[in-house]
Amino acid sequence: MATVTYDGASRIYPGTERPAVDKLNIEIADGEFLVMVGPSGCGKSTSLRMLAGLEDIDDGAIWVGDRDVTHVQPKDRDIAMVFQSYALYPHMSVADNMGFALKIAKVDKAEIRSRVEDAAKILDLTEYLDRKPKALSGGQRQRVAMGRAIVRQPQVFLMDEPLSNLDAKLRVQTRTQIAALQRRLGTTTVYVTHDQTEALTMGDRIAVLKDGVLQQVGTPRDMYDTPKNVFVAGFIGSPAMNLGTYQVFDGQAQVGRAKVTLSRDAIAQLKADDKNHVVLGFRPESLDRAAPNAEGAIPIEVDIVEELGSDAFVYGSIPNEFGESKDLHFAAGDSQVVVRIDPRDVPGKGDTIWVTIRGGEQHVFSAATGDRLNAATIHQDGIVK
Amino acid sequence: MPLHINGAGHPEFMTLPWSLPLEQWPTDQIAALPRGISRHVVRFVKLADRVVAIKETNASIAEREFVMLRELQRLGAPGVVPLAVVSGRTNALGEPLEAALITEHLQFSLPYRSLFSQALREETTTRFVDALAVLLVRLHLLGFYWGDVSLSNALFRRDAAEFTAYLVDAETGDLHASLSDGQRSYDTEIARMNIIGELMDLEAQGHLEDTVDPMAIADRLQERYDELWEALTQTATYTSNIPLRIATRVKELNDLGFDVSEMDMRETENGDALVMRAKVVDAGHHARRLMRLTGLDVQENQARRLLNDLDEYRVLVSHPSEDEGYSAHQWLMKVFEPTVRAVPREFRKKLEPAQVFHEVLDHRWFLAEAADHDVAMPVAVASYVKNVLPNRPDEQSVLGTPASELNAAEMTADLPALTAEVEARSQETPVFEGDNTGAWGRATEDEADATAPDDEPAPPPTVTRQSTKREPPAHKVPGSERD
Ligand SMILES: Nc1ncnc2c1ncn2[C@@H]1O[C@H](COP(=O)(O)OP(=O)(O)OP(=O)(O)O)[C@@H](O)[C@H]1O
Ligand SMILES: Nc1ncnc2c1ncn2[C@@H]1O[C@H](COP(=O)(O)OP(=O)(O)O)[C@@H](O)[C@H]1O
Ligand SMILES: [Mg+2]
Ligand SMILES: [Mg+2]
Repeated sequence: MATVTYDGASRIYPGTERPAVDKLNIEIADGEFLVMVGPSGCGKSTSLRMLAGLEDIDDGAIWVGDRDVTHVQPKDRDIAMVFQSYALYPHMSVADNMGFALKIAKVDKAEIRSRVEDAAKILDLTEYLDRKPKALSGGQRQRVAMGRAIVRQPQVFLMDEPLSNLDAKLRVQTRTQIAALQRRLGTTTVYVTHDQTEALTMGDRIAVLKDGVLQQVGTPRDMYDTPKNVFVAGFIGSPAMNLGTYQVFDGQAQVGRAKVTLSRDAIAQLKADDKNHVVLGFRPESLDRAAPNAEGAIPIEVDIVEELGSDAFVYGSIPNEFGESKDLHFAAGDSQVVVRIDPRDVPGKGDTIWVTIRGGEQHVFSAATGDRLNAATIHQDGIVK
Repeated sequence: MPLHINGAGHPEFMTLPWSLPLEQWPTDQIAALPRGISRHVVRFVKLADRVVAIKETNASIAEREFVMLRELQRLGAPGVVPLAVVSGRTNALGEPLEAALITEHLQFSLPYRSLFSQALREETTTRFVDALAVLLVRLHLLGFYWGDVSLSNALFRRDAAEFTAYLVDAETGDLHASLSDGQRSYDTEIARMNIIGELMDLEAQGHLEDTVDPMAIADRLQERYDELWEALTQTATYTSNIPLRIATRVKELNDLGFDVSEMDMRETENGDALVMRAKVVDAGHHARRLMRLTGLDVQENQARRLLNDLDEYRVLVSHPSEDEGYSAHQWLMKVFEPTVRAVPREFRKKLEPAQVFHEVLDHRWFLAEAADHDVAMPVAVASYVKNVLPNRPDEQSVLGTPASELNAAEMTADLPALTAEVEARSQETPVFEGDNTGAWGRATEDEADATAPDDEPAPPPTVTRQSTKREPPAHKVPGSERD
């Protein structure tokens, strides 16, 4: 069991100028499940390999527990890397499939058997130990692959997109299993994925990376409710948060025809560089339907309605007779917005619906820096997070 | 989303039964060829003029692998040729089916599991591993990080007395301008693990000779890899006789099968020595030379063998002073082509022409030894065609296998990922004795590298939180159930 600390750790690949990982600072608690998430190329795998000892650390340090492992050989770090892909061997028993890494490490037979049995118990595979993988379901096979890492009983597990080549159904099933298993074992785990849904559903905490720079680290709730900047706001959540750059008059953002009152703490933070603009964000589920032309209500022209049984989503746009806001570079693209609505009251294509942003569920960011301006999100129940 | 085929414009692709899961495709369209271990459903499909490999996987992976394979092909890496990605498949009920990646079946390629029927001999195993090490070095030189190196993810073609390995599964790969040492060592570590697993699996099946030690074989991969990498990328410092040293270095690399297309040479600060490093090396030195002389397109070790024979011909039969191109033409007309043409049509699917030529040379050597005198090439060819070739399996591709002969496992629909491969159809015969071509150079010294010095012990960082264990977020995150 161990904590893991990235202490200003950087990696610059030879021949490149920009660090692939730039002064990474994360403290991972003992037993924690930390997910690193970000788009492809943001430095996730590099960060993981740095911890595994497979990538030089050009600056800063990495600690496992109270040991500086910055210059320690990979095999001496007591860290198990769960490979991105795992083959199961059809002619070997489930037990041999699980234990063979130990065989390589020359662990003695009795010890291997006992560790494999322990792992099988945790993985619910005991009755299959002497069978061939052929007898297993897809999910069970996935657990055998997990078993291979578990039997090594390392201080830290590292997983690099272990679900990326599973089909959607098995992926959902397996991610639940991995998360549950990690909680049972209590082994500190660093898990890498580009999939924010996976991150939200699996991690105790999530670290969002972009261009090698840590954007924010926090609980799924933190990331979802209080994204620190426009990038995190747009990256976390599906469908994504609606984001647009709007002009501010008298503490109100001009959103299309509507005037949306911004929280006072946000307004207080506005700087000259923002040129009286903010990036306003609101999640698709943070909107209430309102009467046409109601105070502060935003009109939305409906393009498509997606009905999913328990939910329905409107994909539409905000008509803007005042002209487009000039600077939309933080927004996903255009004036497209997504609204979650009551599936029992679904508008037609071409209709206009009116919505207001629920109290305290606006996210206000600097138009100049993209950083969050309003302190926290107040929930419906009125509790300040 | 309607059916979408992106890639080579091959009209026949449209006519394939895309609305059926691959496992249910009619067997008369399936070519029963051996293949490696895989998680996805992979089957070989017969088209009018070729065989293709089709792998079912999710659309983004298929797309990524397609692009990656195409990029590798552009860089000249040895690998399978991507043809198309098929997405938007639905079954008769309109339910979505997985996307498919179509690659060209690599002719005369052998998955490692197909090369034995009884037990895989140590010698063959080491040849596979040597070929894999060469492939890995070549890919790494190009900046390709593989991420899933294994015997199953490579294909092997006979190449004179050796094998040449080709990349088949690029799903986990990444391309960079160059790789870090960490990326390279991660790849070799993965390779070791996978090879050991694959060999232990053969062992469990009783298909590995007792004397073969999987771990020793895996270590060999590492050694071979390190040797070759060092030989190709080492920096040398010369103080005297520099032109000769450069020529010698280039020759060394040529002997390893590589051409130097960019050499980095710089003087030391005080100007009394030259530091030299081959910056860009291209595999295929002998293959290129043979191609230039004869137009024959063969693999590297086959080319070595053919060139040896050609050079011998030039000295003994033609005339050493003769123009190299002219005697090469003579050799082609009088030696190579008659030999290859002597193979009856019905045997031509057994081996590639250059491989046949290589075996005839071997056979001739055996005959000569037995008879204690030289044996003329036509005699050797005749004897080879009569006595050796008929017993060789077809290795071009096992076309036209009647459905009844398809291994049951091939047709098992419910366990695609673990279906046993079509059973071995070919047998390794010891035709390679007496051949000493293709040895890779020795590495120089051991990198008796002291462990990194321990820096001043710094105080450990304090981690404040004890644990962040908590109940999952109370509200359901929208979209978390969909993917
Ligand atoms: N173009 C081809 N020519 C010849 N054989 C092929 C070709 N494509 C695939 N194969 C065979 O099919 C096998 C499985 O293919 P592949 O490795 O791409 O599948 P996979 O499911 O992605 O594997 P993994 O489980 O390693 O991810 C290979 O080992 C190889 O034997
Ligand atoms: N060997 C290399 N040389 C140069 N750049 C590299 C190398 N390996 C990775 N990179 C770059 O480093 C960055 C981070 O890569 P990586 O850690 O693989 O990202 P991720 O895992 O998030 O996709 C990317 O911009 C990538 O292109
Ligand atoms: Mg990655
Ligand atoms: Mg594979």
